[in-house]
Amino acid sequence: MAKRAAPEVNAGSMADIAFLLLIFFLVTTTIESDTGINRKLPPKFDDRITPPIIKQKNLFTVVVSKDNQLLVEEQPMELKDLREATIAFLDNNGDGKCAYCKGKKDENLSAHPNKAVISVQNSRETNYGSYIAIQNELIAAYNFLRNREAQRLFGESFLSIVQKWKKAESDEEKEEWDKKREEIKKLFPEKISESEAKE
Amino acid sequence: MSKFNKGGGKELPAISTASLPDIVFMLLFFFMVATVMRENTLFIENTLPSADQVEKLDKKSPIMYVYAGKPGPGYKKYGTEAKVQLDDKMVSNVTEIQNFVQENRNRVGETQVGKLLAALKVDRSTNMGLIGDVKEQLREVNQLKINYATVNGDPTKKK
Repeated sequence: MAKRAAPEVNAGSMADIAFLLLIFFLVTTTIESDTGINRKLPPKFDDRITPPIIKQKNLFTVVVSKDNQLLVEEQPMELKDLREATIAFLDNNGDGKCAYCKGKKDENLSAHPNKAVISVQNSRETNYGSYIAIQNELIAAYNFLRNREAQRLFGESFLSIVQKWKKAESDEEKEEWDKKREEIKKLFPEKISESEAKE
Repeated sequence: MSKFNKGGGKELPAISTASLPDIVFMLLFFFMVATVMRENTLFIENTLPSADQVEKLDKKSPIMYVYAGKPGPGYKKYGTEAKVQLDDKMVSNVTEIQNFVQENRNRVGETQVGKLLAALKVDRSTNMGLIGDVKEQLREVNQLKINYATVNGDPTKKK
């Protein structure tokens, strides 16, 4: 009997099968976007510690009302102006002792970035979206000032220093970037206090 | 006699589709690798707010997710008020977050407890009251590292 060659398998439908799988994965894919705003909550309130008294001029009150209106220092404000106003408040240099500040030395704004405190108050009915938007603007103000100082001191933006600190392979490298990071953070320490506003 | 214009009517040969499966497989592998299957079924609406001053989450440190929002379509049996979802359960009492944190601490082990991060994935239309309660509960068990999950975008532009 003559030996017959095995017939070739038709691979034409391979593409169809692959397409089917492809479509399945396309549909189920959610490319994870795990980004967000990192915060640290204050530890549980301790009755024995009396809160320090903060001078009115060093306090920047941001109130978000229950219908998501923004009140800054008791004046209504648009969200887009918040960043500028916060920068002006932090960078004010009221007592003239802050060598790196470029503010206007306004009497009614903060004396020194070390003393400046931002107080965010929101009502229970405030929208989470507006709350995040305000947090975002406040952080943007800090980042702006920190970037400026980082550029001046290290010729690099603050965010890239943080990136390099996170990415650093060796311990020495990590320490080096951490030192720079801490130095900038000390110039403009982030002091945001949050509370639920009284109705 | 023209040298170039010969054989007028000859059909073009069909393009070979033999490499089509290869191309498709390549795409397939890309999506297979990039796919992360959703761990939990969400019972709630979950449109994250937008922000642009964001940090990437460090994948190396352990993360637990706290979801919150209004029950989604098809889950109206949970009511219409915004609620918290932990793993696969809807939670009616926010104090259950304390147990949830404890479970996660046991899961990650003692050395990692300090690095444990609570990521809040909250719908943008949720009231802050609920978030305040959640934060209060997290403070109660000393879980202070939190993250507000957001999507990239400019929040000053109206949604």
